[in-house]
Amino acid sequence: MQTTDQTLDEILALAAVHFKVPREKLSPDDDFFKTLGIDSLQTLDLLTKLESHFRVELPDYELQGVTDFRTLAGKIQARL
Amino acid sequence: MNALEVIGQTGEAMSYRLNDGVVELALHRGPCNEIGSLSLDEFEAFAFALGRLPQPAHALIISSDLKSGFCAGADLRELYRRSQTMDKAEALKGVRRFLERIHRVLNVIDAAPLTTIAAVNGVTFGGGFELALACDLIVADKMARFCFPELRLGLIPGFGGIPRLKRDCGNAIVRDLLLTGRSFNATKAQQIGLVSQVVGEGEALRVARATAAQIGKFDRQTTIAAKRFIKPIPHEELRQEIDLFCELFSRPEVEAGLKKFVESTDAQPYLP
Repeated sequence: MQTTDQTLDEILALAAVHFKVPREKLSPDDDFFKTLGIDSLQTLDLLTKLESHFRVELPDYELQGVTDFRTLAGKIQARL
Repeated sequence: MNALEVIGQTGEAMSYRLNDGVVELALHRGPCNEIGSLSLDEFEAFAFALGRLPQPAHALIISSDLKSGFCAGADLRELYRRSQTMDKAEALKGVRRFLERIHRVLNVIDAAPLTTIAAVNGVTFGGGFELALACDLIVADKMARFCFPELRLGLIPGFGGIPRLKRDCGNAIVRDLLLTGRSFNATKAQQIGLVSQVVGEGEALRVARATAAQIGKFDRQTTIAAKRFIKPIPHEELRQEIDLFCELFSRPEVEAGLKKFVESTDAQPYLP
């Protein structure tokens, strides 16, 4: 099974592509709402992409209080 | 109203046209086709026209022109604003009237002697999900996301979502979706039997048209008779849902929940 760091790398890569920002602009502990300037509708889009990529189901209430990629990776890792 | 005048109508919230036996209703009221009084007026005009088509039609496709999604549900801002301008009893009467009107529209769509297809993309929440459930088939873009978030406001779905969800799914799934208020993706929606086809991003309308073309090959009377047999409308439960919604709406917790949603500057109003 892949490590949380690998999951984190994939999330950062996916977010960079989805929101069309350079990968190097994103770091694990960034507040993604502020860094990406996204709202909750766009977060749901990202969630859909992540669920499809990792083949998991992640209830959106698991995202309560989650604002950084590292914590998000932990949530996804727990479902792999 | 002359039916010929209403085919090919463009309104502020939606537009519709009849072409080659297919009625297409496209929603386009930003930010995400929220259903308020303007949309309801236009839905009623559409439902009227649907019963008086000047040419035969075998299918109805409902879709959204907006990238944000199919429909985010009731216009909560309008609901809150209006409820603040009147006393509680008047506000409740207004809510009941609104629900009865939207129910009539959705019942017309549900029972229409056409095969109805919801081509959904993005946010398909609350009343938007209920609109899709009134249709015979749902074709979902892979980025579509479904949700009944009403519990977050101290309410239940009020546009007929519970009886229609119960019609299509096992009770365990109904409990999961309603009691958690969580959103779920198109793949999950297909797994639980709500969505007929999951298609590429931006492809839902094209696939719905192809499906409508296929349906057009079959004998209409047989299709209508089969649909009536397959798809009962749960009239009694729909009425009970309105009653329960109104009972819950009168609670102060709902006003507080609506106020919080409307006044929020949070980046996350659509997240639980």
